[in-house]
Order: sequence, then C-alpha cells, then structure tokens
Amino acid sequence: MTYQFHFESLAGYVDVLARGALLTVVLTAIATVVGLAIGVAGAAARRSEIAPLRVLAATYVELIRNTPFLVQLFFIYFGLPSIGVRLTANEAALLAMIVNLGAYATEIVRAGIASIAKGQIEAGLSLGLTRRQVFVHVVLVPALAKIYPALTSQFIIVMLGSSVISQISAEDLTYAANYIQARNFRSFEVYLVVTAMYLALAAGFRAIFRSVGNRVFAHR
Amino acid sequence: MISFTLWDIVRNLLLAARWTVALSAIAFAGGSIVGALVMLARVSPNAVLRGVSIAYIEVVQGTPLLMQLFLCFFGLALFGIDVSPLVAASIALTIYASGFLGEIWRGCVQAIGRGQWEASTSLGLSYVDQMRYVIVPQAARIAVAPTTGFLVQIIKGTALASIIGFVELTKAGTIINNATFEPFLVYGFVALFYFALCYPISLLSASLERRLDAAR
Repeated sequence: MTYQFHFESLAGYVDVLARGALLTVVLTAIATVVGLAIGVAGAAARRSEIAPLRVLAATYVELIRNTPFLVQLFFIYFGLPSIGVRLTANEAALLAMIVNLGAYATEIVRAGIASIAKGQIEAGLSLGLTRRQVFVHVVLVPALAKIYPALTSQFIIVMLGSSVISQISAEDLTYAANYIQARNFRSFEVYLVVTAMYLALAAGFRAIFRSVGNRVFAHR
Repeated sequence: MISFTLWDIVRNLLLAARWTVALSAIAFAGGSIVGALVMLARVSPNAVLRGVSIAYIEVVQGTPLLMQLFLCFFGLALFGIDVSPLVAASIALTIYASGFLGEIWRGCVQAIGRGQWEASTSLGLSYVDQMRYVIVPQAARIAVAPTTGFLVQIIKGTALASIIGFVELTKAGTIINNATFEPFLVYGFVALFYFALCYPISLLSASLERRLDAAR
C-alpha cells in the first residue's frame, strides 16, 4: 500500500467537528428525555383498560420497530410537508429520533412492567395505595430499575443511528465529516476520525448513564 | 411526458425490494460466518483471542453503521480496489452483523451450564469436540429466537446502503420520489414494504421465544 495518511489536513476543521458533535449530543439528550417519557406513556397505554388505546400503542410500536430509521426520517422530512407539516432539517431529525426511540422505549418499559409480579400490585392495593400510587411506586420505578441497562443501550443505539440525519442536511457529526471530506478530499482520514469520535461519544454516554443509574437507583 | 401510476410506483419498489432481500441475505450469511468466529474467539480459553474479540465487538457496536459503510466504501479504494456499492455494503453489513451476532451467540454459549462442560471434560472430550457435540447444539437452540430477531435489524440496516448509492428499496423510493414529487405516498409505500418484510420475522422471533420458554 502506497497511500500516505494525512491526518494533519483535518487540523483546520476542529471547530466544524466540535459543532457537529455538539448537535449530535444535544439531539440525543433531548430525544433520550422525551423518548423515555413517551416510553412510559406508551407502556401505560399498552396495559390500559381502553382497548383502542392499547391497539394504537401496539400499532405505533410495531410500525416503528419494523421500518428503518432512515425511511422514518425521509417520511417526516419529505413526506409531512405535503400534509402541511413543514419542519427544518434539525427539527425533523429530532422528531424522527424521538418517535423512533419512543417506540423502543415503550417496548422496553412494557417488558419491565410485565416482569413485576402480580402479588406486588395486590399487596400495594391492599395497603391502601391508590391505583396511581401503585403504578408509580410499586410498578414503574422497580420496572425502570430492572430495564435501565436495556434502556441505556437503546439510547446509545439512537445516538449512533442519528448519523443518518446528515442525509436530510441536519448538521450533525456525520454532516461535519461529509463537509470536510468534500473540501480536503481526505475521506478515509475524516471518516476514521469521526468514527473514533462516535466511539468516544458512546463511551461517554455510557459512563454518564451508569453514574445517573447508580444515583437514581442507589437504594436498590 | 411519462406519468407514474400507482402501480408503477409499487412495481418499481417491488423490483427494488429484491435487492434489499439479496443484500440482507448476503449480510446474514457473511455475518453468521464471521460472527461464529467472533463468538468462538470471545469464549476461547486464549486471553489474546478474547481481548481481540471484545475490542472488535466494542468497536462495531459503538460506532454508527453509516461510518462502517463509509470506511469500507472509501477505505478499500485506498488499496486501489474499485469497490462497487454492493461490495462495500456487503462487507460493511457483514462486519456489523458479525459484531452483534458474535455477542448474541456468546451469551447463548455462556448460558449453557458449567455442568455440561465438566461432564464433557470428564468424558474425555477435547475442547473442539466439547464445543461441537455438547455446547453448540444446546446453545443453538437458545440462539434461534434472538438471531431471528436480529435479522430484522439487518434488513433495516440495508437501507443505509442507499446512501452510498446502492439501489435497493430506500434508494428506489428516493429515485421514484424525484420523478413523481409525491414523497408522502412514495415513502409511505417504502415504509410499508419494509414492514411487510420485517413484521412476519418479528412475529416469528416472538413466537419462537415463547415456544422455547414453554419447553423449559
């Protein structure tokens, strides 16, 4: 192999990379919080006594889980304007990430709730807790503690999957890579560095999630 | 002026869906072979092999599939190899699938009780024979459901091949959309096609999981 690597040609683009990485982190953080909220609501809907609500939640989960994120993104960004919903690239990307994560989070939280023994709920009710109190304290929090590792893996999967939002020109880390390689023509070096940055971001997110988990579920 | 009827859209997507299926099959086959090697290295008594396979899994699972695709597409070109989008996508998806399948199968192998290892050791089986006749056949049973489930991830992953210009379902959708200017309809259909491919497999995976649970 006679190829000479030229990583120094990236030096002038540090700010571009930093801006891209920042957007990736911000979008992931927002999607994580909102997606988790949708997950809890969706899981509650899936065990609701109202049948249409159950069907609606199940349909949402299955539709999202069985189609590619990229297609969801295109549908939201290119498809929705024709029914009057016009979004900027960043907004569409965030919406797609939230919708996508919400479906997976629903399924994960649902599995956690299903793992709570019926006796626990009955015990809670017989102690005079309201149904709402039972759901929050007896079902939801212990369920979240159980599924926390699966949930955080999903958050990281969404962060990595968000690299495709560059395709609708959202200016994330991958967009930065595409931008730089179109200028210095060092595509391999650029993508290698950006791949390493994603790896570092994944490790960083994992560390943050672990310390948050240790704190929130400390008494368990 | 050529106008696209609904049938034209569906027909062209249907034709392109063959490439999604073909690429998925290649990735699943390649990923299974490499993934089996990754699994064997991951559970091997050799610390170096274990370390290498752990690092491999970490990198594959910790980086975006899109970056893996770009690195294969642009990286192989550095060696003077002119890679077609199909070849680059096949290699990238094989790497991606092997990283996940290797880890899934490691879990299945390690779920086999210590007693099985001890019993087969006391019967005088070599490591290779233990793996081949005792551990892998039992692990394979547990592995069927999660492996089927991962197939859905592979099919969805092939959508990214459209980004490096391989014409499969998603790329065909983009091309048709550029001609018809009906993104809602076209991408709606593209999504439904993926759903039609993936949902039966998801159902199969879930039912396999239940059946296996019931057998215990």
